[in-house]
Amino acid sequence: MEKTKQNDFRSIEKKAAARRITVQTVTYIFLAVWGLIVLFPFYWMVLSSVKSYGTYISEDTPSFFTLAPTLENYKEAFTAVTLGKYFVNTLIFTLITTAVMLIVSVLAAYAFARLEFKGRNLLFAAFLSLMMIPSELVVITNFVTITNWDLRNTFAGLILPSVTSVFYIYLLKEQFELVPDELYKAAKIDGTSDLKYLFKVMIPICKPTIVTVTILKVIECWNAYVWPRLITDDKAYFLVSNGIQEIRENGFGRENIPAMMATVVVVSVPLIVLFLIFRNKIMEGVSRGGTKG
Amino acid sequence: MKNKQPAIIRQIKPWLYLLPALLFLGFFMVYPLIDVLIYSLEEGYNSASQTMMGVGFYNYSYVLHDPYFLQALKNTFVLVIITVPLSTGLALLISVGLSSIKPLRSLFQTVYFLPYVTNTLAVGLVFMILFKPTAYSDGLINLLIKAFGGNAVDFIDGPWWAKMTVMCLYTVWIVMPFKILILTSALASVNQSYYDAARVDGTSRSRIFWRITLPMISPMIFYLVITGFIGAFKAYSDAVALFGVNLNAAGMNTIVGYVYDMLYGNSGGYPSFASAAALILFAIVLTITVINLMISNKKVSV
Repeated sequence: MEKTKQNDFRSIEKKAAARRITVQTVTYIFLAVWGLIVLFPFYWMVLSSVKSYGTYISEDTPSFFTLAPTLENYKEAFTAVTLGKYFVNTLIFTLITTAVMLIVSVLAAYAFARLEFKGRNLLFAAFLSLMMIPSELVVITNFVTITNWDLRNTFAGLILPSVTSVFYIYLLKEQFELVPDELYKAAKIDGTSDLKYLFKVMIPICKPTIVTVTILKVIECWNAYVWPRLITDDKAYFLVSNGIQEIRENGFGRENIPAMMATVVVVSVPLIVLFLIFRNKIMEGVSRGGTKG
Repeated sequence: MKNKQPAIIRQIKPWLYLLPALLFLGFFMVYPLIDVLIYSLEEGYNSASQTMMGVGFYNYSYVLHDPYFLQALKNTFVLVIITVPLSTGLALLISVGLSSIKPLRSLFQTVYFLPYVTNTLAVGLVFMILFKPTAYSDGLINLLIKAFGGNAVDFIDGPWWAKMTVMCLYTVWIVMPFKILILTSALASVNQSYYDAARVDGTSRSRIFWRITLPMISPMIFYLVITGFIGAFKAYSDAVALFGVNLNAAGMNTIVGYVYDMLYGNSGGYPSFASAAALILFAIVLTITVINLMISNKKVSV
């Protein structure tokens, strides 16, 4: 009697263990499948970029690997189209936009967090309500404004409307408010000016948030497509997104998909490297309120 | 000490700090908001000669009767209705899976986030060549379809439903990172003691999921549904990546694409029609967000 009971218990335990293992295995397989779906386009883009044009075009069954990798497509990407120029443009655009955004946002966030003035809460509420305005609504007028100011095909025209980011002001203000009031009072007694306090105390303390905001803005700038497309039609001012679109439409004189994929790799790598370095910061920043687009 | 600075300076100083932000927001957000309303009401506005015929709702009626707009409306709605539930459900499954494992978890999380940091246009091109026939083959996806006994379809220049399928797949692929990220952190923040109590009571896995996990993270699910709706309604650059700039010709335009085409491009130069279309989009998104909020208030408070 006692023995059978023990056997029962054992078999139940065994069954439970077997079930646990099955569930775990199924979970891992499922997760691995999604991982493959995510990675496959990246694999395919690198693979296609190292196949020669002749090999690619004559394949009647696309092969999953290549025995004769070539870098000629990368050479073509930088010589046949002005990819280098698009890169430099994007770099200039990203650096200036992010820098101006940081200055503007830090100053505004500081005013909202530390300085006292009439109507502060009302004005901040007005700022917050602007977060709900979709960019599609304001793009139309901005397009007309920039056109009227004769700023089409200039960096000023690209940058000016891209600077505003209410969300980042909000994020920075929240962070600034966490810095203890005592520090501010102590600095005031020492006769430290507000600007000095902001740069010597606030910014160093809040560096993590500032880094997060910077990275998010850099990603946003690097991927910008809609506004640059509207405001530039001169290739000398194209950013990488427009460059890719231009290559898609007009290509390398022929539909050269391997060379196209080489440009796609070159455009994607900087952000992927940035992501791998700042993985935690980026994911934390995005989960705090970023959405794509 | 406090009165070291004259009162007038203390009053003005905050505004100096705010001035750059106010200028930028004023010029490029507040003024455009008012202006877009005015544009949408000016009939027959000509941007070259700065003249108009009158004020009224003609622009709205023109847009609502434009077959291109109706096509864009249909495409956008189909995209929203398919991708929002699909991506949210899939993200929920993946997040639950992720939070039930320990080894490799961080690797999976990193991989799953990759689409977020890639250029939409760039990866869109990769999706295009996966689905597009080449000179001597039908493309990789068609090869798979044929391997399973199906017939090859031209996904990029073919029938509407085939193009829509690619568009939906790409959209889901692109929006998953954000949803997985939000849901995994929501799952991680559920108080462990609920699970322990349930386990002591011998509650089954599926019951724990439906009775504890799901209700606890439901606010986040609703948040994702709302942002998902808004995001999908604004779809545009993914369509451009897959089907090219001339979306009207491809029959794959979206509402946002229609707005931009009206503004600029081959058929462009009509800020009034663009404004009317943008405001119609805004009204749709606002209505759906309000409905979502009303439903979620009812459900989440249970």
